[in-house]
Amino acid sequence: MASEVVMPQLGYDMKEGRIVKWLIAEGAPVKRGQGIAEIETDKANVELEAFGEGVLRKIIVPEGQTVPVGKLIGYITAPNEALPAEIPTTAPTAQPSQVPQPTQAQSPASQPAVQQQPSAPAAQGEVRASPLARKLAQDKGVDINRVTGTGPGGRVVEKDVEAYAQQPKATPQPAAPTALPVTAQAPVVQGDRIVELSRMRQAIARLTVASKMTIPHFYVSADVSMGDAMELRRQINSSLESNQPRVSVNDLLIKACTLAVQKYPNFNASFKDNKLEMHGSINIAIAIALEGEGLIVPAVLDCGNKSLLQIAAASKDLIDRAQQQKLHDQEYSAGTFAISNLGMFDIESFIAIIHPPQSAVLAVGQVRKTPVVKGDQIVVGQVMKMTLSSDHRVNDGAAAAVFIAHLKRLLEHPVTLLM
Amino acid sequence: MPEMTFREAIRKGLTEAMDGDQKVFLMGEDIGAYGGSYAVTAGFLEKYGPIRVRDTPISESAIVGTGVGAAMGGLRPIVEIMTINFSLLAMDQIVNHAVKVRSMSAGAAHVPMVMRTVTGGGAGLAATHSQSLEGWYATVPGMKVVIPSTPADALGLLRTALQDEDPVLFCEHALLYGTRGEVPAKPYTIPFGKARIARQGKDVTLVGNARMVHVALQAADELAQRGVQAEVIDLRTLRPLDVETVATSVKKTHRCLIIDEAWKTGAIGTYLAFRVQQEAFDTLDAPIAHIGGEDVPMPYARNLEQLAIPSVQTVLKALKDQIGV
Repeated sequence: MASEVVMPQLGYDMKEGRIVKWLIAEGAPVKRGQGIAEIETDKANVELEAFGEGVLRKIIVPEGQTVPVGKLIGYITAPNEALPAEIPTTAPTAQPSQVPQPTQAQSPASQPAVQQQPSAPAAQGEVRASPLARKLAQDKGVDINRVTGTGPGGRVVEKDVEAYAQQPKATPQPAAPTALPVTAQAPVVQGDRIVELSRMRQAIARLTVASKMTIPHFYVSADVSMGDAMELRRQINSSLESNQPRVSVNDLLIKACTLAVQKYPNFNASFKDNKLEMHGSINIAIAIALEGEGLIVPAVLDCGNKSLLQIAAASKDLIDRAQQQKLHDQEYSAGTFAISNLGMFDIESFIAIIHPPQSAVLAVGQVRKTPVVKGDQIVVGQVMKMTLSSDHRVNDGAAAAVFIAHLKRLLEHPVTLLM
Repeated sequence: MPEMTFREAIRKGLTEAMDGDQKVFLMGEDIGAYGGSYAVTAGFLEKYGPIRVRDTPISESAIVGTGVGAAMGGLRPIVEIMTINFSLLAMDQIVNHAVKVRSMSAGAAHVPMVMRTVTGGGAGLAATHSQSLEGWYATVPGMKVVIPSTPADALGLLRTALQDEDPVLFCEHALLYGTRGEVPAKPYTIPFGKARIARQGKDVTLVGNARMVHVALQAADELAQRGVQAEVIDLRTLRPLDVETVATSVKKTHRCLIIDEAWKTGAIGTYLAFRVQQEAFDTLDAPIAHIGGEDVPMPYARNLEQLAIPSVQTVLKALKDQIGV
């Protein structure tokens, strides 16, 4: 029987994906589990594995195209099997593709492009939506094609449109009246240059705006004397075998945060539908800058059951694989608390944006030598500034103060990190 | 307010009619000496005598046909068809005569007759004694089909039926006779074609008639425990059918499940669903859902019979699968 190959959902917030490359040719044999295409998501490139076995009978979506999750992109059949009678095709642009009209698609300049968002994911008329959802979407100016349905069979229902309308727009809506045709062929306007954003940058835009719009952030800061922690780290690293991963300041922080959220589990929680989701495991996410690309925040999983050395090994592995775009889906999405460290950039302090659905993020600056008062003496101390961003729906100021004070105590008595 | 059983409410309505108008008389199988197969008319023969409480031969066609003639002649018969299953033998008298006399005689004659009958399954009476055929009669122009779910409605609707100048099919669900409810002491009637909101809610509308109203109310209790507020509507009459009350509710809740005990194919609720979607299409957040009796001759085996009739479980499942609540 012919099996459909569809755009997979590779993360909870993935709505569309781009086919970077078909790894096998049309007509070539396919084994179950074999990689057949390379898919680019907001976060990474992933190999799509075949569910069926036989031959890759038909490629429906060519390389380079972006299609919504669930969209048919190809067929795998038995070697001599005929294809289903009606095979949908995708026009070579992101234009609605249900009605194949090549002459129109090839001359887009001849018609006013009413499509204001060039990355509109789905073809018109394809979305299942309730009449109420459609009417509501129309009233609110929401493109129903972009709304993810949660009703029976994935139907878009009232609450999906409400939820979508409440979340901020990923791309600003052009305010220009619709009478002015905007064409894809005219990106240059009076010397300014329009740059297409990478999918990752678009995702960052969407996520950070959503976070700031929906999460009431507040911040508490503290100075931490890191002298003892730095000395402990030096001792540990000097006693390690040469092939063992070194312990970084960040690893100390991951361990300290793990202990702190164990003591104050409300910082390892998500606000969800007027309830708190208390996470069973502690997955400390770390912000990793990808050169020229952007930022990802994957998690070191299950920190609650890892020693400091195990955390050091796990975080090194995570960072290595992040640079190679080889992270697992769960590592992208399972973080329960995050650390953002800009110490290596000579930054004293900053504040970070919470990464939903998490409810807190710790922003950490450089450990720097500073005159500090010890007893009645001024001595050279090693001070690190850290700022906790918290979701006020989950925690109040006093709770955040207690939390950060405990974190400070752990780091200033670093032997606790080994216990 | 006094409390009484469904059976007592019907008996009260019949007693009032018999006491109030000498033209009223009862006719049916086993209604006199035996007191009625569901004991509704127990004691009537002794009280009103054999002229006004007439035991008949086992011939539904004769019972209804005699009633039609008596009504045309100026009497106000209340005929009892022991169960709606047996009304099939009288279908010609009901559909072609009782209902048509007024129009066929250009208004010269009419048939002020109440036809009481027992409907519904669930009593272990197998395929030929467990049917819910009231929806069939509700398709006939000129027909009035009444199907109450509570003692108070039964009394109020029976009073209205007894005042009607045209034939009324009054359907009593077999499993409701023993149910109790408050009945207003003051005289009251309930108009035909006016559904009752049995429970208010804002999230989904459940519509039923007769015993299915009680199933819907139990389902609403379950839904309330997870924060879903269901509105429950009791149709009370299948013809005239109160589309407006249901549509108004659905415009508020955006979701609707209609429950029939009758076979799902062609059940009156499927027609109601069509009418409601015409009225409320743009406000719907899910297709209107319908559940009915399974399309099988009613099984005699108890476990299978229970599976063939809509239950709280099937209501909740339909809500989840078809509507997503």
